[in-house]
Amino acid sequence: MIDRSIRGKVAVAGIGESIYYKHGQSPDPEFVLALQAILKAAADAGIDPKEIDGFASYSNDRNDPSRIAAALGLPDLRFSNMHWGGGGGGVAAAVANGAAAIAAGYADCVVVFRALAQGQFRRFGEAMPDPTVSGDAAYMSPYGVMSPAQKYAMRATRFMHDYGVKNDVLRAIAMTSYQHAQNNPRAIRYGRPLDASTYDESRWIVEPVNRLYDCCQENDGAAALILVSAERARDLKQTPVYLIGAAQGSDHRCGAPVMNASRFASSSFTTVAPRLYRSAGVTPADIDVVQSYENFTTGVMMAVVEHGFCAPEEANEFFTLPNLSTSGGKMPLNTSGGNLAECYMHGLGLQLEAVRQIRGQSCNQVPDAKLAMNIAGPMVTPVSSVIMGSAEVL
Amino acid sequence: MSENNYYLPADMPSPVPSPDGLDAPYWEGTRRTELLVQKCGACGNWQWGPEWLCHHCQSFDLAWQEVEGKGVIYSWERPWHPVHPALNGRGAYTVVLVELPGAGNVRMIGNLLGPDDQVVEIGAAVEAVFEAHDDADVPYTLVQWQLTG
Repeated sequence: MIDRSIRGKVAVAGIGESIYYKHGQSPDPEFVLALQAILKAAADAGIDPKEIDGFASYSNDRNDPSRIAAALGLPDLRFSNMHWGGGGGGVAAAVANGAAAIAAGYADCVVVFRALAQGQFRRFGEAMPDPTVSGDAAYMSPYGVMSPAQKYAMRATRFMHDYGVKNDVLRAIAMTSYQHAQNNPRAIRYGRPLDASTYDESRWIVEPVNRLYDCCQENDGAAALILVSAERARDLKQTPVYLIGAAQGSDHRCGAPVMNASRFASSSFTTVAPRLYRSAGVTPADIDVVQSYENFTTGVMMAVVEHGFCAPEEANEFFTLPNLSTSGGKMPLNTSGGNLAECYMHGLGLQLEAVRQIRGQSCNQVPDAKLAMNIAGPMVTPVSSVIMGSAEVL
Repeated sequence: MSENNYYLPADMPSPVPSPDGLDAPYWEGTRRTELLVQKCGACGNWQWGPEWLCHHCQSFDLAWQEVEGKGVIYSWERPWHPVHPALNGRGAYTVVLVELPGAGNVRMIGNLLGPDDQVVEIGAAVEAVFEAHDDADVPYTLVQWQLTG
């Protein structure tokens, strides 16, 4: 473990989310959804919302902290942080950035939030119909490579070729999220189970790796999480959930233009995951439950491999529905239903679920969960991960 | 839509050189049916996509070198779901990521010409085909790929 680790210094004190909607179905504007989530997180923590003095988010969230602070009537905005780039790759980094601000004394009560109403703004899965393109896009869009599904299938196809990973792995990951969502009333896919034949018969989005059910939803909603110092958290309403370790970034030339990353067939975690474990002082064998961001099921598979839970050659045996399920699986995965079946809250919903697991409040509770892995936005750059844990692991 | 031999519909986005001039030599080269890749004048490192600085030795002395249009399929995909209005009704199309062994194994993206349902093998040899869009507002040429022999 490194000397300057965040381990045990900061805790999640509160979590909250808006109602989750299919895209275009939120009756409220995106900004209102953000406020609802933040106020719910404050209530969950048992703090006066006016105690909030910092904000951290990612992916160019449209809801400016200064506007939120004015709306909430905050007396003193002390920290305002946006994590660069990477789409959903920044969600764990936003938690880590907020925690770092508390550890450094910049702020005392930081909200990590994401609000996203894809029905009110452009959808991620659609291309802009620009007549001309330049830069990186000039080498991709004219050939029909525009959406995230199209950009990242290329990585996964090569990875699965290199290691002989079968599409059954992707089906198991999708079915796991749907199975867990059936116990989660918040989930958009609650009451809509997915069976193997429905998956197998679903249309290709991008052959040979992305069927419809391999791709995340597009939703409207907001989520928020409140960070305070470990000392403060122990005086609050909820069981503190501590930050145990955090890391972000990507490996050599991951962002090289036109798919020229040195290690292209990757989820971008090959250097990040080892740093994460060093910061936390734990190993994959210590982790009780894994929340791994599903932009696509391929990303989940590669990220779980690159976090050391199984070797790539073992993927076909490791990724099975029984093994990923909370009912007796070796590595319970995406226990809320995640981006595929709970809500595509750009991954922040998965962070909230990790908090519930450590508190013992999940609707798919892993018995006695003490350490939760949260993996953000695989295949983009920069990516990030955090490990959360209970007081027992400190 | 005009009569043409384009692999994808004519009203797909058109590439234009970046406003800072970085990759103008590449697009000018394709108009002459020449495939140009950056090569560092200081250390000889091949580099793609276009960049201002050699990532190996940090020299700004990047030259444009013509390379043979011969490559190997490194990865591939076949998008079915149209995400751009021009693709509505086109049906599935094949995209390949091609490694160029003659240029330090840099990778380029293009369509694999041929039947839309052809079997694609990683490792298969391909050669460049220049697809000229002379009727575009700003004429340009795409580099496409087809199986060798």
